[in-house]
Amino acid sequence: MIPIDLPIIWAFIIAFAVFVYVVMDGFDLGLGILFPLFPEKRDRDVIMNSVAPVWDGNETWLVLGGGGLMAAFPLAYAVLMPALYTPMIAMLLGLVFRGVAFEFRWRTTRARNRWDIAFFGGSLLATLAQGIALGAILQGVHVGGRSYAGGWWDWLTPFSILTGISLVIGYSLLGATWLVMKTEGELRDRAYHLSWVLLLAMLAAIAAVSIATPFLHIQYTERWFAWPNVLMTAQVPISVAVVTALLLRSLANKYDYQPFFLTLALFALSYAGLGISMYPYIVPQSITIWQAAAPENSQLFMLVGVAGLIPLILGYTAWAYWVFRGKVKPESGYH
Amino acid sequence: MFEGWDAVVLARAQFAFTMSFHIIFPAFSIGLASYLAVLEALWLATGREVYINLFNYWLKIFAVAFAMGVVSGIVMSYQFGTNWSAFSDKTGPVIGPLMAYEVLTAFFLEAGFLGVMLFGLNRVGPKLHFLATLMVAVGTLISAFWILSANSWMQTPAGHTVNEAGQFIAADWLKVIFNPSFPYRLVHMVLAAYLTTALVVGAVGAWHLLRDRHLAGPRVMFSMAMWMATLVAPIQIIAGDQHGLNTLEHQPVKIMAMEGHFESHKHGAPLILFGLPNQSAGRVDYAVEVPKLGSLILKHSLDAPMAGLNTVPRENWPPVPLTFWSFRIMVGLGFLMAALGLFSLLMRLSGKFYDSRLLHIFALLMGPAGFIAVLAGWITTETGRQPFTVYGLLRTAESASPLAAPAVASSLIAFIIVYFAVFAAGVIYLLRLMAAPPHPGEEGPSHEVPIRTAGITPAAGVTAEGAAR
Repeated sequence: MIPIDLPIIWAFIIAFAVFVYVVMDGFDLGLGILFPLFPEKRDRDVIMNSVAPVWDGNETWLVLGGGGLMAAFPLAYAVLMPALYTPMIAMLLGLVFRGVAFEFRWRTTRARNRWDIAFFGGSLLATLAQGIALGAILQGVHVGGRSYAGGWWDWLTPFSILTGISLVIGYSLLGATWLVMKTEGELRDRAYHLSWVLLLAMLAAIAAVSIATPFLHIQYTERWFAWPNVLMTAQVPISVAVVTALLLRSLANKYDYQPFFLTLALFALSYAGLGISMYPYIVPQSITIWQAAAPENSQLFMLVGVAGLIPLILGYTAWAYWVFRGKVKPESGYH
Repeated sequence: MFEGWDAVVLARAQFAFTMSFHIIFPAFSIGLASYLAVLEALWLATGREVYINLFNYWLKIFAVAFAMGVVSGIVMSYQFGTNWSAFSDKTGPVIGPLMAYEVLTAFFLEAGFLGVMLFGLNRVGPKLHFLATLMVAVGTLISAFWILSANSWMQTPAGHTVNEAGQFIAADWLKVIFNPSFPYRLVHMVLAAYLTTALVVGAVGAWHLLRDRHLAGPRVMFSMAMWMATLVAPIQIIAGDQHGLNTLEHQPVKIMAMEGHFESHKHGAPLILFGLPNQSAGRVDYAVEVPKLGSLILKHSLDAPMAGLNTVPRENWPPVPLTFWSFRIMVGLGFLMAALGLFSLLMRLSGKFYDSRLLHIFALLMGPAGFIAVLAGWITTETGRQPFTVYGLLRTAESASPLAAPAVASSLIAFIIVYFAVFAAGVIYLLRLMAAPPHPGEEGPSHEVPIRTAGITPAAGVTAEGAAR
């Protein structure tokens, strides 16, 4: 029998949960960021209605990412969370504001504008914080023994600001292409226009992060450019070019459904690039996935649940999306 | 600023604050989800319109409360890592999987079916919609199962060993999950959630009956809520007593603090009704006590000896005044709930159930009692197990993250400002929804569709924007 490497399996599960989170919550955070560009109440109602039935399930993947990290890699969770203290708290507070806005803005006429601002501000803050956290993880954190040994502002560097802004752009693009898919008429046309601008910004962001990353650690440079690694790693930028071409074509030809899914493909490729840079570390350059792994019986105990339940969860989540499929029409909104 | 503060004390304050806010919402939504399932089942079975009206009425309230529960809950799932990283590293292998199972079996179930439950009745039809409601209700209960198992393991750890890195690891998962205090805590908490919801539903019903005692919706909800109080409040008192006996067996020091027993009693301990526990002097000042009753309740014998805190090293004492008083508040409210249940039964039997203003005022006043009792109960159990996070094995001071005090102080202030602003607004919206009576043809959370905004005059819109600026 081939011995199974549980930490590797769990690294993929956590990575999968985080990616599903990015896929699902990315567009709804993006919609929040784009909110000020749609000042009409009628448009805002449609935008809100397009995600209201699913946002809460989307955020559950974030809880799985965090909870799963604690359970499967407690050491990494214990080192990274204090290292990312400020961005994490900022993200949580941002999510509070935007989450309640979904319900609160329908409960008041007088203060609706206030909750619209909360929806925008919360979404922007949460996204920026997630991007900054990502950059802070990539650049590495100070570890002493089994705990974080740095200060509470270590995360703030030009690189983490760059990744923060990049994620804001990326989520906005997801939001814009989601609107292309889910709306009609003038709202959809504006979403098309936005998608063009944001796609160019996203490509610039991907390029900037790709150029900056190898300068963080020599290991990143070797991973990407050393022979024969480059044969494999070169597939990533090549695929990015192909997906970009398809995306441009779908925007030009106004294929409503393609831009969103192609943007997700861009995210998947960027995410794969991230994985290539980080592997085999979970705390870059300090702690590997095997060093951080919870004891085998913890990982095995959870694997049973994950194997059985994740397919079921994906099944009923897909059903919920199916129930609310199609374009959101202002006149027959389910709100 | 804050340089002189103890980072651990600040982290505890932050956890207590965010947790206290959070627990209010699940305590309400666990009960309300089940209530909604019952209402929809009654509607499907009888076809009576009053049930679907009530369902839609409470569904709107559920949506707002649930959103607040979700966002305050995400905070909790990350706070273990941000503020209690040493605890997370050591206990992650044991309680991490329990929480992961909570996410997998409960949170996804609730979130996955919530959208259909809130907005999907016309899209999927009544039968599938009822299934969605049922799944949400079951999800809230499964969630309670796992999180109370994790909490109970911290109170009464079992089925574990410790590895060379100092981490707790599970030796027997069934013993971890079904640790000694878990069944008692689970029953006590779920009943508390049901009672809390019943008291809110009862108070809303009473509020509308006080204004018009002939309204169909309020009559039905008031009657259902009072049956719950009549039947469940006495059961809860028994469950609480059993939980107390279990605590005496596994966490005797917590009982000493709850009872204010600083001294040992060789020939029967008194029951201290009231008094001012004086932790530094090690005595209860101005105690009003009933001799030997303490031993009778806890040991079922008048003369049973009971050890006091003087047998425990001082560094292992929990904060006695807080434990002592929060326990009395919880118990006092529990007996008031039972009194409300009994009084409503008497009124029901004498045919004055919908006419007795006294009953309606009593029920109205008891509206928030469940929340206060839940908070008091959690304060009792969580302060009573101090100074440990894993009882007897891991001290609270050794559990915290290596964070500078100013970092924790800043986040604590941010949480206080944001929570008060956001959740105060939420509570106002909830009360506003409750203040309007359910009416025939009640709509679900059919948020004002844009078409209806035609009715809102531009002037009002301008004023609203002006006010927000």
